[in-house]
Amino acid sequence: MKLVVAVIKPFKVDDVKAAVQELGMQGLTMTEVQGYGRQRGHTEVYRGAEYTVDFVPKIKLEVICEDGEATSVAERIIAVARTGKIGDGKVWITPIDDVWRIRTGEAGSDAL
Amino acid sequence: MHIDSGDTTWVLVAAALVMFMTPGLALFYGGMVRAKHVLGMLMQNFFCLGLVSVLWAAAGYSLAFGGDNAFVGNFAFAGLHHAVRVAPAGFALTIPPLLFMAYQMMFAVITPALITGAIADRMRFNAWVWLLTLWSLLVYSPVAHWVFSPSGWANRLGALDFAGGTVVHINAGIAALACVLVLGRRQGWPNRPMPPHNLPLTMIGTGILWFGWFGFNAGSALAANGLAVQALVNTHLAAAAAMLSWLVAERAKQGHATTLGAASGAVAGLVAITPCAGYVGGMAPILIGAIAGIVCFFAIDLKHRFSFDDSLDVVGVHLIGGITGSLLLGLFADKSVNPAIVHEGLFAGGGVRLVWFQLVVVVATLAYSFLMTMLIIKVLDKVLPGGVRVTEEDEEAGLDLTQHSEVGYSLLT
Repeated sequence: MKLVVAVIKPFKVDDVKAAVQELGMQGLTMTEVQGYGRQRGHTEVYRGAEYTVDFVPKIKLEVICEDGEATSVAERIIAVARTGKIGDGKVWITPIDDVWRIRTGEAGSDAL
Repeated sequence: MHIDSGDTTWVLVAAALVMFMTPGLALFYGGMVRAKHVLGMLMQNFFCLGLVSVLWAAAGYSLAFGGDNAFVGNFAFAGLHHAVRVAPAGFALTIPPLLFMAYQMMFAVITPALITGAIADRMRFNAWVWLLTLWSLLVYSPVAHWVFSPSGWANRLGALDFAGGTVVHINAGIAALACVLVLGRRQGWPNRPMPPHNLPLTMIGTGILWFGWFGFNAGSALAANGLAVQALVNTHLAAAAAMLSWLVAERAKQGHATTLGAASGAVAGLVAITPCAGYVGGMAPILIGAIAGIVCFFAIDLKHRFSFDDSLDVVGVHLIGGITGSLLLGLFADKSVNPAIVHEGLFAGGGVRLVWFQLVVVVATLAYSFLMTMLIIKVLDKVLPGGVRVTEEDEEAGLDLTQHSEVGYSLLT
């Protein structure tokens, strides 16, 4: 099994969720996160005092799926979350050793 | 004594309006500090309603309005025994004297509350309690006597202050500077970012202040008459013009018109019109507001230039705004607006006399308030166990947790 992780622009979260659902994924976890990449941060000014804010708000999505599905999930996310401007985020895939559903104790693919 | 029911009604309402300004100020400041200090800031302000009200009834009112000495009141009204029916010397009141006491009480409450913006995030609550007590009795009451009591020397001189440009804003503003010089800077200032944590709170607070200021300035007519109307109109127009001029200056210098700029500009205009409210008319309030907005916009840079951490710009807005308004009154004071004016302003054909008198009272207020506040806070720093400032560790953890054992925002409950 694979874990697909995506860090995206917050306003894209609904579109990405819908796209991932269309692919038949049963679950998705989102977290509000802050970070920076090449986009870097922005500047805020309060009564003339300038602050550089390095961390930009983003949404982190996590989807667990079968090995064969991971690439298509990642590609769908890339297609939907892309604006073409700097700061669109990242997607990556990592292997998962095992997974359980807490309610029933089912393991592996049955737990998805 | 003739009691007018219309006058009484208006001043009753005005007293309630001015009372509401202190919680408004708490929100105005509270939004500007970091989240871990928000309750500390709200509490320092809100607490004034508790402590100063009781002090005012016990002795403060009497020290401000008792007797006919030129420099300070006496204890004739202490405990409010005679304040119910006896008007203070020199006043021809058409409202019950006790209402005058109550109305002035709200001024006494909000004035020291203004100081809290400068000392944000680093004073021990216990130290604030003592500072508030001593400052109210030893600084606020005497200065109020000089200016507001007809027997006070500033009043006799012919200097003008309709609703407290000197007594409230210059007095609190220079006291704030004295406190900052003794307390020192917040840890990390000015290198570490300390952005406001909740500007919506600040905007709500600004709205409440603006609303309450009608009671502050128009109520100072102490009557429901044309002068009160003029003061209300002046108050509103000055706030409006100052908001615009601040935003224009800000947009030109920094590229954006900000909400904090709109709020700060409005308050700067309200401060500057306070001494002038019942003495000017026509387009004067718009000019006074517009000038104050620009002057204060540039004045908030003073703290960076001279490296003092006036955290929320009490000096830049209240001190400089108060001085601006008090001196501009020397130009704009107009007898056709208020026949009680003895010396008219320069532009009304009165020459430079009033400008000079205004300057004298401004300088006297600056000197007295600065020296007394310095003395009080230095003594407190020596006498109080632990001094006036919180420990480095407590400052880092925040006033909310360390001074009050609470937190302002809890996301997981």
